[in-house]
Formats: sequence, structure tokens, C-alpha cells
Amino acid sequence: MIHIPDFAHASTVQIIFCFLAFITVITAFLAIFSRNPIHSALYLVISFFSIAGHYLLLNSQFLAIVHVIVYSGAIMILFLFTIMLMNLNKQNEVHKPRITRLGAIVSFCLICIVLILVFINSKPIAGEYIATGEDYQSIKVLGRVLLNEYMVPFEFASILLLTAMIGVVLLSKKEKTEK
Amino acid sequence: MTNILNEIGIENYIFLSVILFCIGVFGVLYRRNAIIVFMSIEIMLNAVNLLFVAFSTYHQDAQGQVFVFFSMAVAAAEVAVGLAILVSIYRNLGSIDINNLKNLKG
Repeated sequence: MIHIPDFAHASTVQIIFCFLAFITVITAFLAIFSRNPIHSALYLVISFFSIAGHYLLLNSQFLAIVHVIVYSGAIMILFLFTIMLMNLNKQNEVHKPRITRLGAIVSFCLICIVLILVFINSKPIAGEYIATGEDYQSIKVLGRVLLNEYMVPFEFASILLLTAMIGVVLLSKKEKTEK
Repeated sequence: MTNILNEIGIENYIFLSVILFCIGVFGVLYRRNAIIVFMSIEIMLNAVNLLFVAFSTYHQDAQGQVFVFFSMAVAAAEVAVGLAILVSIYRNLGSIDINNLKNLKG
């Protein structure tokens, strides 16, 4: 029932998928475990790039480009600037108490095992996958769906971004009435 | 390349997303640095986005990818506001250790 890639007869796509998945998981772990916040931000950039590789593998090119621009570009630059602004690269972070870290590891293993077992044992509801060759993820189709059916959420997203921008400016402004 | 899911299988994408999401949860529980906690939240959002795109390919429907766009917009706004809050916390307290944020505890 479960489709496990056969390494002896693996096709190129399966090898690429396994490689990308390995890089994604390992760099996500390294981003959490590394002591220096700048190192973890750089590991996270690698993880985001490999997720963009997954999008390319799923043949959604526009989403991959947008993902690279937004996540690896904008968001990680924001993280790096904040880390440099706070001068956090001194590696003087105190760890959580040992019992809390043990609890975190145990809960991670439990969530992972339970979710994976649920998805292994659940029956597939969606039915078999049949490729019809229909065009559904080019920029033309995406733009049509975005501006016809999702017109109102699109405008609300612009309002959300405007509100976030004004809020950030107000939050990070220095107060003059202090002292 | 259109029959990519015939070669890989939707289950492997589901397992990858589950593992990524659990790594995000683990990072939130494990670290005390507030910036790493934010990065873990980004990992969780990315796991969900990956599953959206995989099922969008599975059903051959563009709506899943459109939803990923909105999710990205919300994530960008969330990160900007959160980092601004962190900067002002750092300006007031001198650290971003989440165990020091006990003012609301009473």
C-alpha cells in the first residue's frame, strides 16, 4: 500500500526527491540545533531553497519563484537584519532545563510517530491519481483564478499588508517621551 | 513531468510535511531564543504550504496554489510584526530570552 522508493530501480525523479527531502529535513534540524542564530538563519535559507526545489519538482514554476523571492529573499533578510541589530551572535544563550528539553524530544517523537502511523493506516479517500495533462498551474491559469474567484481575498491581503506595514513602523519607532 | 506523483506518490509528500511540521513544533518547545522560535513557526508554515502544493497537483486544481499565495502574504506580515515586537522587547529588556518575559504572570 505504501509506495516506498526502491533504491535499486529508482528513477531519476525519485532520487531527486529523496535528496531534496534529506536536505530539507537535515537543514531544518541544524537550524534548530545550531548555537549561533546567524548560522541557523543560513541553514533555514538552504531549507527554503530545497522546498522551492520540491515545488519545481511538482511542476509549479511560478510558485517556486515566488517562494524563493518571498521566503529566501525578503523574510530571511528580515531575520538576518534583526539578528545583526540585536548583536546576538555571542552564543551566550542559556539552555532550557534538562527536563524541559527531554519533554520536547519525547513530544517530538510522539507527535511524529502518531501522525505518520495515522497517515499510514488511514484509507485513501481522494482516489487514484490520474494525470489528465490539463494545464492548471501556469501563470495564466493562476492569475485567472486569483483575480476571478479570489478577488475579495486578494484585496483583503493588500489591506493586511498595509496594516502590517503601518503597525511595524509604529512599533519600531523610538518613543521620545521616554525619560 | 506531469505524472510526477505516479513516480513518487502522494504519501511521501505527506510524510515529509509531517516530519517538517514536527520539527517546527520541536523547535518551538526546545529553544529559548525567540528568533529561533519564529524560525520554527516559519518551518511549520512551509510544511503546510508544501502539502497544499502536493494536493493541488494531486487534484489538478489551481486553488491550492492560490491559497499558498495568501498563506505567504500572511506569513510575511506575521514575520514583520513579530520581529518589530522582538526589537522593541530587546530595547526594553536587553535580551530576547522567552523565559524573561514574565511581566504578565502576576
